Amino acid sequence: MTEVTTWIDQALAAASSDECIIIVNDTTEANLRWAVNSLTTNGQMHHRTATVIAIRREADAAHAGMVSGPVAAASDLLALVEQAGAAAQDAPASDDASPLPDPIVDPDYETDADATSIEVFGPLAQALGRAFADAREKGHELFGFAEHHSTTVWLATSTGARRRTVQPMGRIELNAKHADRIGSAWVGAATVDFVDVDGDALYAEVSERLRWCETRIELPAGRYETILPPSAVADLMIYAYWTMNGRDAEEGRNVYAGKERGTTRVGETLSSLPLRVTSGPGAGGLPGSPFVVAPASEAGMQSVFDNGAPVAQVDWMSDGVLRQLVYPRSGARASGTDFAYPTQNLVVDAESATSMADMVAGTKRGLLLTTLWYIREVDTESLLVTGLTRDGVYLVEDGQVVGMVNNFRFNESPIDLLKRATEASTAVPNLCREWNDWFTYTVTPALRIPDFNMSTVSKAY
Amino acid sequence: MVDSDRLDPRFTALPLDSLADAALARASALGASHADVRIERIRNGIRVLRDGRLETTTDGTDLGIGVRVIHEGAWGFAAGITLTTDAAAALADQAVAAAKVSRVLSDRPVVLAPEPVHVGDWVSSFRTNPFEVSESDRLGRLTELSDVVAKGDGVDHVTVMVEMVDESKFYADLAGSRTRQRRVRIHPSVEAVNVARGYSSMRSCNPPVARGWEYVADNDGWDFDAEVAQIPGWLAENVAAPSVTAGPTDLVIAPTNLWLTIHESVAHATELDRALGYEAAYAGTSFATIDKLGSLKYGTDIMNVTGDRVTDHGLASVGWDDECVAAQTFDIVRDGTLVGYQLNRQMAHEQGLGRSNGCAYADSPGHIPLQRMPNVSLHPAADDTSVDDLIGRVENGLFIEGDKSWSIDMQRYNFQFTGQRFWSIKDGAITGQVRDAAYQATTTEFWGSMEAVGGRGTYKLMGALNCGKGQPGQSAPVSHGAPAALFRGINVLNTEAEGGN
Repeated sequence: MTEVTTWIDQALAAASSDECIIIVNDTTEANLRWAVNSLTTNGQMHHRTATVIAIRREADAAHAGMVSGPVAAASDLLALVEQAGAAAQDAPASDDASPLPDPIVDPDYETDADATSIEVFGPLAQALGRAFADAREKGHELFGFAEHHSTTVWLATSTGARRRTVQPMGRIELNAKHADRIGSAWVGAATVDFVDVDGDALYAEVSERLRWCETRIELPAGRYETILPPSAVADLMIYAYWTMNGRDAEEGRNVYAGKERGTTRVGETLSSLPLRVTSGPGAGGLPGSPFVVAPASEAGMQSVFDNGAPVAQVDWMSDGVLRQLVYPRSGARASGTDFAYPTQNLVVDAESATSMADMVAGTKRGLLLTTLWYIREVDTESLLVTGLTRDGVYLVEDGQVVGMVNNFRFNESPIDLLKRATEASTAVPNLCREWNDWFTYTVTPALRIPDFNMSTVSKAY
Repeated sequence: MVDSDRLDPRFTALPLDSLADAALARASALGASHADVRIERIRNGIRVLRDGRLETTTDGTDLGIGVRVIHEGAWGFAAGITLTTDAAAALADQAVAAAKVSRVLSDRPVVLAPEPVHVGDWVSSFRTNPFEVSESDRLGRLTELSDVVAKGDGVDHVTVMVEMVDESKFYADLAGSRTRQRRVRIHPSVEAVNVARGYSSMRSCNPPVARGWEYVADNDGWDFDAEVAQIPGWLAENVAAPSVTAGPTDLVIAPTNLWLTIHESVAHATELDRALGYEAAYAGTSFATIDKLGSLKYGTDIMNVTGDRVTDHGLASVGWDDECVAAQTFDIVRDGTLVGYQLNRQMAHEQGLGRSNGCAYADSPGHIPLQRMPNVSLHPAADDTSVDDLIGRVENGLFIEGDKSWSIDMQRYNFQFTGQRFWSIKDGAITGQVRDAAYQATTTEFWGSMEAVGGRGTYKLMGALNCGKGQPGQSAPVSHGAPAALFRGINVLNTEAEGGN
């Protein structure tokens, strides 16, 4: 027994509701942040929070009360159980009620939390020291952030489920700028444990990209043949993934809505490329929870009644055809479709053997982007989003990068881009830019868009 | 009223002083030149009703302690959840250890601008703690608002939600400052959807505010009953409205929309940490670099913007900031010229700007304070210019109400905003709604085109609960006051045309 699992057993024994679900998250995290070739902040934090969901069943209805709070001692968890029980007494009947999933007991349930510490950055800090010195000598400036989390989740139910998973999260962003802060380059990577992060290699790559900024070219707004690198594709496809709410689609409230109310676009070809879009534990070799962890219900996306249910890999698209939207178990029953849960990882693959370098080499004249920023939805129906290019728009001529270009504001829909994409590269692990506070693990290709809509010039660098 | 009596008794019952004493004594013994301790308890609750049914409930509490030190000129920070004197002292050890790691990679010692010692209590203005309202009363009021909208012609779906926060904060430092504060805030919203002609929506324009449940239940500060009654009609007109004609357009912008433009293009742009490059890889920098202080022409001469942490019901209002600097009011733009930045104690000293103006904030005990926005507001005209007066000056243009989509670049130049309602103006009068509109401009061109601002009668305190900044990311609540204002020749986009091929 561990301390936490002992507390959970005591709390479940004390629960007076018909059913009770306890989720405990134990997270240690460490981070380093730097700006202008100097470390600015750092930190090491530990937090442990629990969510208790008490369920009162009455005839066909279920009433759920949810309460979350920090857990430093057994009494904290007992107090949450009592508060959740009281909340269940006051709660109206839940729309998303289901029987709790068949209980599963994980063999590693009685294992202590995994932990990380600031020492995980040891080799990286040394590489950063070298990079800061080199950048100072060259008159360049380095900015960036490295963060590592280790989160252990225990999920237990009064019906016998005893589940545990460890979800790591690691990311690093390195941004290099010329002294005038016009030339600017970015590299980023996701990692599970920082063992595979080579700080010297990241600095070499960002330095090479900063060299591309020595020639500066001004281009007007307009439609350009554009290579979206994997990070930019990840940002756009994450937004498309977050929007895959089956209930919203049936109600006509998102881009996946069918022409008739009550129908969806499942079965429709969205891309002429043989794209497959997958998530789930182990998809693309990425971490992802093997069971549902839902501290709150969100209409059409997740249900507290599904906590602990096994999560399978889901093909949201295959062969360029939309195959599945998100449904909690209750929604899947109502719509006569499959339960499909969106994990925090995403793989987009067109089974291409072409590298992004090959795509650049095969470009007569076009733009190569680095990252996208400040992506916001403009039109729900088409999933039109606006945003900015950031830290490297490069002009490619006759297969070579010839210099950097000013930034642009774009207006595009990820779904429309899938339709217009003419070429994809091999899918590679990457770090998205806009959403990496929330979504770290993606494997995506670069895409060639023949006519990407750069609406206006942004004078920002 | 004595603020001490309105602090959260569950918070003040914690051994705040002995925890602080333990951590500060340990930090001092280890040679820290500065140490501060924050203990915070933050309760956050959300309710979402979709088509009258409760779909989402959250009720969470964050409680913890953070210790920040300056040791041999370097910052160190550590945070935890165990509220014992031993654990508090151990955090001081960890923070000093982190400072030692940091010092090797830091190129200049940290020095803080001086600030008098402050001891006291402060509580924001609210009548009814939203967490102390019964669940049936809370859901009853939300259901009432939902039902009014749902009964309207052409309303296919209604979403009603409310977010509630009760934040208690204790601060103590080695210099002797020691404060306790409590802030309550709330954000209800009502949105109606029509799916007859694709997707159309209409949301209430009320802001989040530092008030209690009386804001929702008693129309105290906003007339919800009046507004929700109009939502179905506004939505129906929006569904039937013609698509906007793109091109340079004169705009009268209501405070319900203009606040977000102020937030993005003025408030973020005058954060000194951005201007100095500390946020360059994430939130971004600013076109308003410090060499332009006192000379940058930000807008027309009628543009006056202040930062403050004192406005009643303001989301960024406090007694003292998270470095225990007393709440102040200061000029950011005066007569159209950039005259001030938002500061914390480190940057105020570094840039030789004197005392900090009190803009440090951490969103949780587990995060370090960053330089965050105070309430940043555009002043109204001294006269009584009304919205109708402003509309009357436009031959052919648009009147914009309510915020919706927003995006701005990393130097705060190029922005694009949509809104809840775009009304067509012909010959000085409103003729009806148009749809598919967005306005796009560059910050100084936009504010340089502001021909008139409305009087006090047009002024509203708006705001947001969730302004994001920093790595690890932090979320901050902030208010923005604005009058209605008239802008000439702003680029309007047709979003349907932008999305077409």
